[in-house]
Amino acid sequence: MAPYESDDSTLAAEADDLRAGRRKAARYVVPVAVVGVAAATIGLVPALADSGDPDLPKISAQELIEKIAASDVQQLSGTVKITTDLGLPDFGGLGDAFTGGGSRSGGDGSSADPSTKLTELATGTHTLRVASDGPDKQKVSVLEDAAEYSLIHNGKDVWGYDSKSNEVFHGTADESAKHDEEAPATPKDFADEALKAVDDTTSVTVDGTAQVAGRDAYRLVIKPKDDGSTIGQITVAVDARTGLPLKFTLTPSSGGTAVVDAGFTQVSFAKPAASTFDFTPPKGAKVTEEDSDSTAAPRDKRGPEGLSGLDGLDGLNVIGDGWDSIASFDTGGQGIPSGSEVGGDFGGFLDSLGDKASGKFGEGTVFKTRLINALITDDGKVYVGAVTKDALVKAADAAQ
Amino acid sequence: MSPAELKAFQGRGELRAQPPPTVSRRRTLRGTLFANELLTTFRRWRTLALLSVLAAVPILVGIAIKIETSDGGGVGQGRGGEGPAFISQVTNNGLFLVFTALAATLPFFLPMAIGVIAGDAIAGEANAGTLRYLLVAPAGRTRLLLTKYATVMTFCVVATLVVAISALAVGALLFPLGDLTTISGTRITFAEGLGRAFLIALVVAASLTGVAALGLFVSTLTGSGIAAMATTVGLLITVQILDQIPQLHALQPYFFSHYWLSFADLMREPVYWDDLQKNLGLQALYAAVFGSAAWARFTTKDITA
Repeated sequence: MAPYESDDSTLAAEADDLRAGRRKAARYVVPVAVVGVAAATIGLVPALADSGDPDLPKISAQELIEKIAASDVQQLSGTVKITTDLGLPDFGGLGDAFTGGGSRSGGDGSSADPSTKLTELATGTHTLRVASDGPDKQKVSVLEDAAEYSLIHNGKDVWGYDSKSNEVFHGTADESAKHDEEAPATPKDFADEALKAVDDTTSVTVDGTAQVAGRDAYRLVIKPKDDGSTIGQITVAVDARTGLPLKFTLTPSSGGTAVVDAGFTQVSFAKPAASTFDFTPPKGAKVTEEDSDSTAAPRDKRGPEGLSGLDGLDGLNVIGDGWDSIASFDTGGQGIPSGSEVGGDFGGFLDSLGDKASGKFGEGTVFKTRLINALITDDGKVYVGAVTKDALVKAADAAQ
Repeated sequence: MSPAELKAFQGRGELRAQPPPTVSRRRTLRGTLFANELLTTFRRWRTLALLSVLAAVPILVGIAIKIETSDGGGVGQGRGGEGPAFISQVTNNGLFLVFTALAATLPFFLPMAIGVIAGDAIAGEANAGTLRYLLVAPAGRTRLLLTKYATVMTFCVVATLVVAISALAVGALLFPLGDLTTISGTRITFAEGLGRAFLIALVVAASLTGVAALGLFVSTLTGSGIAAMATTVGLLITVQILDQIPQLHALQPYFFSHYWLSFADLMREPVYWDDLQKNLGLQALYAAVFGSAAWARFTTKDITA
């Protein structure tokens, strides 16, 4: 350095140093300010964008339910975000455990099979894209990392395409399956199921308005009056103009985060491009044709109302009515095997969920999720319902 | 004074006596500083070696897929589609090799190459003792920094295109081309697919702006090129690891690498923009924060070498 040093007076140099020091510090303000502005933007913009609840004319709960029933949206496309938190371990692995012993070993190894894919929807957060154009053309896509699973219904064909493994599932939509392929997991599906359960044990109210996916909506609140139910309340946001349910939220009576939260993040009522519903299997893709007895599979596993799949079992009894109804049936077997008997991952999983219970009926195991509880007695009877453990035990006692 | 020094002084005098150049200095500089930087960067053996490694990745992936599927089977079939994104489609359409190659190089090879070039940008000059000569040019430190950043960004684009073009060439040689199926199941023409591939390459290049700015900032902190490169690449690996730890999910949306693979959303029909926008916004934020930090550091630091 020395040879380059100027021969300025030391006083001037000191003043320069001071000024330079201040300038130095001042420059670092810029990156700090950028971080600050970014943090403020991230924090404030959602709050500012939330422009408050829209003003809509008053409507009674009855009118709103009629509006939903009368809603006849044929053409729409949109993005649905669905978060399910049943309090179960990740279904990704669980699905494998089930299908590993079940459908997969049955020779049906296609990853494009709708039943395999829709099971995965039962936990975690998923982004779905739905498109619909009349009763003959529907499409649902589950967005995955750099891949997508699409279920396309076009006329008499039903295609499942898993882009990750490049596998195709093909079925035909007969009269019974048609209902099946109607965009499962949309808020409307959930709302329909919830409204089916509305009776005099339910309080239905309109609780103000909300903005969903940029549209004005009424909030319909459905609340079971019974104490025994694990369902706290169900909120359905209904589009004020079309009557289409835009968002469905189910909160458990135990509080905490919603068990099911399915809502449009973006929706359009314009006719989707016809090419959306065209599908030809890509070259080289492995195509699995649907075998006739697998048709029932996707229906059973759909959503929290999948319990209806139990209809097929013999000796099914429904105890009580309304929200705290309990389904019971006799497996005729030995009850649930303990984890050590089953062994492996699945055994450990059974034990981790199980909870011993006893009463007049004898001994049993209660399997708890945040929504649906099941009591399996040691003599092989099963009681299932969206009710608390106490209600299950009471039902079992009463059945004795 | 030694005779040699006298001679040197005379030489300087001679230069000074020459007539000034006809082109204005400012314009010359604007044209030449960036061009010079580009030339210096792309003529280095180091840069050429990095680019050839990047070009080799699609070749290796392509040959591996060709060998694996030579018996007629598909890739990843029966294994639930493991491996980099899009790999199961490559055998049916060579264009997918572009996406697979970009998905395979984006997490590590590409940002590592950027880290080396960006880390070297200022610190390398300081290390070689050439930084003060660069600053003798009346361009100013801010302009020099911007030129360096522009050079690194050019390298991002070139590196991405090298991967894409190499993959396209290998894909065309080894596999059939033609109409392709998007991951949403719809069909698009080959020309449209090519357009999307180009768009994806641009998005991938843009995804690297964050690392480039970070590397440039690190480069202004130290006088050792190796240290700057090692720090940048080390940070990159650390962030990649942290991005895999589920307990940190609250922080992860702010990691520069978090939305990198969102480029695959361009292959959906219609394109899903949400994550792409988040990715580009995040990269812009990183560029702004670390770019201005690099500016604050570089314009105030004592240049001793």
